[in-house]
Amino acid sequence: MKKIIPVLLMLFYFTTRAQVVEVCPTCEVSSIQKAIDLADNGDTIKIAKGTYREQEIKIIDKSLHLLGEGYPVIDAQFKGTALTVRAENFSLEGLKIINIGTSHTSDHAAILVSGSKNFRIENNRLENIFFGILVEKSSHGVISRNQISSKAVSQAKSGNGIHMWNCSDLTVSNNIVKSVRDGIYLEFSKNCTITNNLCEGNLRYGLHFMFADNNKYLDNTFDNNGAGVAVMYSKFIEMQRNLFRKNWGPASYGLLLKEINDAELKNNIFEDNTIAISADNTNRINYINNEFRGNGYAVRIRGACYKNVFTANSFIANSFDVSYTGNINENEFSRNYWSEYTGYDLDKDGIGDVPYRPVKLFSYLVNRTPEAIILLRSMFIGLLDFSEKVSPVFTPAELTDDYPQMKKIKW
Amino acid sequence: MFKILKYSFFDLTRSSWSYVYFFFYLLLGSVLLFLNNDLSTAIITLMNVIIMIVPLIGTIFGVMYYYNSREFTQLLLAQPVRRSSIFLGQYFGVAISLSLSLILGLGIPFAAYGLFKSSAIWDFSMLLVTGLFLTLIFSALAFNIALSHENKIKGFGYAILLWLFLAVIYDGIFLLSLVYFQDYPLDKFSLAASMFNPIDLSRILILLKLDISALLSYTGAVFKQFFGTPVGTLASLGMLFLWVILPLFRLKRVVGKKDF
Repeated sequence: MKKIIPVLLMLFYFTTRAQVVEVCPTCEVSSIQKAIDLADNGDTIKIAKGTYREQEIKIIDKSLHLLGEGYPVIDAQFKGTALTVRAENFSLEGLKIINIGTSHTSDHAAILVSGSKNFRIENNRLENIFFGILVEKSSHGVISRNQISSKAVSQAKSGNGIHMWNCSDLTVSNNIVKSVRDGIYLEFSKNCTITNNLCEGNLRYGLHFMFADNNKYLDNTFDNNGAGVAVMYSKFIEMQRNLFRKNWGPASYGLLLKEINDAELKNNIFEDNTIAISADNTNRINYINNEFRGNGYAVRIRGACYKNVFTANSFIANSFDVSYTGNINENEFSRNYWSEYTGYDLDKDGIGDVPYRPVKLFSYLVNRTPEAIILLRSMFIGLLDFSEKVSPVFTPAELTDDYPQMKKIKW
Repeated sequence: MFKILKYSFFDLTRSSWSYVYFFFYLLLGSVLLFLNNDLSTAIITLMNVIIMIVPLIGTIFGVMYYYNSREFTQLLLAQPVRRSSIFLGQYFGVAISLSLSLILGLGIPFAAYGLFKSSAIWDFSMLLVTGLFLTLIFSALAFNIALSHENKIKGFGYAILLWLFLAVIYDGIFLLSLVYFQDYPLDKFSLAASMFNPIDLSRILILLKLDISALLSYTGAVFKQFFGTPVGTLASLGMLFLWVILPLFRLKRVVGKKDF
């Protein structure tokens, strides 16, 4: 303890020496870049309300704290990146950055963080942007309470809200990302936590993982995106307490899983999605306590899926509960609640006495011949499904829930 | 013709069956709308009813009316009235009274629900238009069948069989051929096959108006591309119209020659 106190004192001494540089449109220092050039390590730059028409502002190897008062506007005038940072221990707070130009050759961002450590990007508002916050080769950062929005129309001409490439140990929380291409995007990033964000109306995905292992996303809401979340080529992803809703359209998904191993989905709610979960080539995934309500397809299992276990989920009023391709491959449905279950429970133990078959004949047929979907809701299909339910002939015989719950699962 | 139409129509409006039919729709519409908080599912359920019940009622009513009014028809035939106007008048009497029951029965609860202010009005109007066409089509088909068969039992049998064929069996054959020829591109075929059956056509026209059409994915996209264009809409309505016109032509031709 005695050894630490002098160190702490030294630290205190140095930190209190940090100065405040003020910037305002009418001040002596009227440009942010100038203020940055003037400031020393550890200084705070206070930016007063006003509009600053600047771009390519650079913070290189300086631990600065940019603090906006009353959301000063940095207008990049569609010329390149607004703010580039390569430093440790910096923070950006309370800025409003607008008008980032679209480019086909370089990724212009409102905030570009590159090769940095220990940073905080908080309470910023980014509007009309190409890329919002672009983080590369950085670690131990916090990105929170930012509001990011744009007007993405086509995928080729739009960027991502929060883009993380080759990063680790980042926390992305309480952000609101609207109308960009991918709300939050992670590529080659690990140990990141994504919590309490709202991704709404994004053109492609609300949240997108590519080759990003050991990440988790919790308590997020994905509303009305092209697809809520796409998890691709990643391992050990933890997905909990998220809400996927209204991802609705001919090619829309709530959650798109492609080549995913060893993941866990728990306590998520899927509501009104065309396809709530589409799983393609996924192994060892546990689906526990999720709720599927009013979706077109609740779960669509494509080929090459092994050991996917669905336990204690609630399937309520979906057009198709499960659509299935291929062999059983140790995939398992057990102890779920199915609103379409018509069996009985004579011994009153809460478990239906007759196994439930979640794959309807029609969904089996549609899998084989996609055009057959045109007979959706015709009387013949109703008769067919009913007779198949009574005595299954075509649907995979082993694909049953032997312990269907009589009541909706509570968690 | 209009005089006979008027007689048939008033004859039918006095019949309790028209009222039963009317009250059935009234009840169905009110229950679905007021006990269900989701308009879209109400319309889907109504669609199921319309594509099943409307053709069935149209068929049975048409056959029944023809056989029941045979004496009246014979009386009229003895008068100096054109044959075609007798039968067409009777046909339109039945079809219009059935359509009226349908439109009023469903229209009143929907109007009470405040539909005219909501955007679902177009889905609903498509529901009514197809219901109207199905009534016209199936009562025309029923008149044709009844005209060709003096034997009531045979006539009823064929009429029911026709309904069963178009409502159920056709889809079965359709599905079988889709599965059998699955190695070939089938969207054009399924488009054509659904055009030829008025029940399928009605079902798809309504489905495409609803959210659920997203489920049809790319097959649906092909359909939407077709029915979404003015040409497609005209073609499908024209097809339904053809289904009304052709049986009526046959009716006119047969009554002109038939020895009563």
